[in-house]
Amino acid sequence: MIASASMEEYNNNGKMHPQKFSLVLLIVGMTMLFLGLTSAFLVREAEGNWLHFSLPPQFVNSTIAVVISSISMYFAMVSARKDNLKQVTIGMAVTLLAGLSFVYFQYQGFNDLGDRGIFFSPANGSEGGLVSGSFVIMFVALHLLHLLGGIIFVAIVLVKSLMLKVHKKNMLSISMCNTYWHFVGILWIYLYLFLYFAPQF
Amino acid sequence: MSNDHGHHKETFISKYVFSMDHKMISKQFLITGIIMGVMGVAMSILFRLQLAWPETSFPILNWLFGDQWAPEGRLDSGFYMGLVTIHGTIMVFYVLTAGLSGTFSNLLIPLQVGARDMASPFMNMLSYWFFFLSSVVLMSSMFISTGPASGGWTVYPPLSALAKAMPGSGLGMTLWLIAIILFIVSALLGGINYITTVLNMRTKGMSMNRMPLTIWAFLLTAILGLLSFPVLLGGGLLLMFDRLAGTSFYLSDIFLGGGVGALEQSGGSPILFQHLFWFLGHPEVYIIIMPALGITSEVISVNARKPIFGYTAMVISLIGIAVLSFLVWGHHMFITGMNPFLGTVFLIMTLIIAVPSAVKTFNYLATLWKGSIRFTNGMMFAIGLVSFFITGGLTGLFLGNAALDISLHDTYFVVAHFHLVMGSSAIFGMMAGIYHWFPRMFGRTMNKTLGYIHFWLTFISAYMVFFPMHFQGLAGVPRRYYTFDILPEFAPWLDVNVFITLAAILGGLAQVIFLYNFFSSIFKGEKSSQNPWGANTLEWTAPVEHLHGNWPGEIPTVYRWPYDYSLPDADSDFIPQNVPHDGEGEEIHVAPVAPVASDAKKEPEESNTMFFTLVKNWFGLGRA
Repeated sequence: MIASASMEEYNNNGKMHPQKFSLVLLIVGMTMLFLGLTSAFLVREAEGNWLHFSLPPQFVNSTIAVVISSISMYFAMVSARKDNLKQVTIGMAVTLLAGLSFVYFQYQGFNDLGDRGIFFSPANGSEGGLVSGSFVIMFVALHLLHLLGGIIFVAIVLVKSLMLKVHKKNMLSISMCNTYWHFVGILWIYLYLFLYFAPQF
Repeated sequence: MSNDHGHHKETFISKYVFSMDHKMISKQFLITGIIMGVMGVAMSILFRLQLAWPETSFPILNWLFGDQWAPEGRLDSGFYMGLVTIHGTIMVFYVLTAGLSGTFSNLLIPLQVGARDMASPFMNMLSYWFFFLSSVVLMSSMFISTGPASGGWTVYPPLSALAKAMPGSGLGMTLWLIAIILFIVSALLGGINYITTVLNMRTKGMSMNRMPLTIWAFLLTAILGLLSFPVLLGGGLLLMFDRLAGTSFYLSDIFLGGGVGALEQSGGSPILFQHLFWFLGHPEVYIIIMPALGITSEVISVNARKPIFGYTAMVISLIGIAVLSFLVWGHHMFITGMNPFLGTVFLIMTLIIAVPSAVKTFNYLATLWKGSIRFTNGMMFAIGLVSFFITGGLTGLFLGNAALDISLHDTYFVVAHFHLVMGSSAIFGMMAGIYHWFPRMFGRTMNKTLGYIHFWLTFISAYMVFFPMHFQGLAGVPRRYYTFDILPEFAPWLDVNVFITLAAILGGLAQVIFLYNFFSSIFKGEKSSQNPWGANTLEWTAPVEHLHGNWPGEIPTVYRWPYDYSLPDADSDFIPQNVPHDGEGEEIHVAPVAPVASDAKKEPEESNTMFFTLVKNWFGLGRA
């Protein structure tokens, strides 16, 4: 196929692989989506009629989970570079578990918000004018959607590593997975800090 | 590298339908864009009938739209707004974004940078099919009982957020949003591919400062799209949530009559949507015009047989336009009660855009000056673009001033401005590209005489349509009105509306000539030589036959910039990029056959050469 043919030619000149470069561009696009939405949050907040509320405590756990998963992801990649195949599998498995626990903590966080009467839309029983709740839930859900894509990616690389297909001569998938996973991690930390400090803006 | 790229078996489906070859995908974009363009232009003529003869019955309208939308042969007012909305959406997104950028970025990026295909042919195929699906979804909204979205192509809330607001706010608006979300996915898939291919897959010797200006324009266009479309996606998602999930991002306290009463939603901000929309909306204007400017740079240089004037200045002005385009969205919102201080910032930024735009315009004129101009069809349209860009750009200076904009904003002055500066300009850039690269696409040339007729009729009718609108606007005639005959102060302008509509019909008929020329030339056009215009860029070194991988052997190496035309000491008046300088390596592809129009070619005069050398030295472009 032409795709693989152009890739072969391409690999010889030592630049970033086009697929990885495309992923970086996709991440730029996703960043713009969240920058646009968080800017919208600030514009709307500045107009007043805005309810400030504290973030669910479970979000601290999810932040810790996402940091652990980023460390294990990095560990898996470094191991792949050194051809420590067993450690690659361990690293990817820890990343997957930490990722899943992140999803669980977010779910608990949603429940906590619900218990306090903060829902996505007034039809679900929250008070009218509670746009701040809609914004926060939308951010968290939209991030979760991006992270679920990452979890599928991590699972694929984990299976590949079990089949001994991830090593220093076959780094593309783990390296792309690493880039994307760090992105969703950093994105969460950005959103958490943004929402945490938003009342003071 | 092996040469067997093109020799795997292809079925009809893999070659013409789900093709992963960038040349075929570019044709798919072009033909879909043309079909959408025909519908967009036809809609404009139909609603112009209403503006010119508001009381007259047109049986054709009743035949087309039935008793519901055109009772007794007169357009229903809601459907009139629907036609205006869909016309705007089609022309902005489907014709001038996908039809223009999708066609020429796909065709030219791999061929001009020397790559076998896009970085990801699969993503490229997906990009087209998302676009196709998006087109189908948008057009399907014409066939539902509540009619298409009818709140204008900018879909401001609350009309767009509140499904009960009017018939066009219902399912038609939901379909519009779905179509635009699909369109954004298509634009992002395409844009990521374009950027990756340009930055990562250029052939040996193709440094950034040897890239044709077309490639610079496509690259910066794709970057603009990548940075701005996601923000519209965010804005569209919030709108979708307001419509379908009962949130109130944009809906403020609203009380509806007809027994509906107060809405549950409150506390939203409709102005918030305008910020998110115009953060895309303004760069979108440049997403439309920059590829057209890139095409014009190439076509003018090739047909003036002169190097483009001020290559570096052209690149810097493109970058300047791209950066500034993100800082001016507020000039669409001067009348929203914006803080005057903020408005002043947007005003200054807007007026600064005039600088790089003027640099480009003057560079086109300087490139034409004393050139051995060949008035090919492509060249005529490229010069037409320059004309519209100047005429429409000048009124941008009026509208960029907040104080003037407040009185002009809701008048026909704005309609005149943007139809000239980005509508007609970009259409002319697209036409220049079609006539110029038709031989590269289909191996044949389009009929020249029909091309001239098409050009003059379109050029004259476009001015006849949009020029009088300036005066209407200055007199206060408001835009978005269905009829003016209830307001006596606008009665004198009714005759002008008749004139404009007749001109619009003339312009529409001219496009029939183009359609005939385009489709008949695909099959019956005069066979073209490989490099009919005597151009330097790499696409003319590749065989015209459908060939996966573009070049049968090695990809050509590049030794020079693409604008070596009429060099004083050269044998030929053009030296392709793959021809080495003396003693600098081996030429892989011999310069192709002489151009068809060689009779029009003449040696540059002495003064011309001196001027050119002088200018090259000024701009540090001595590349010999």
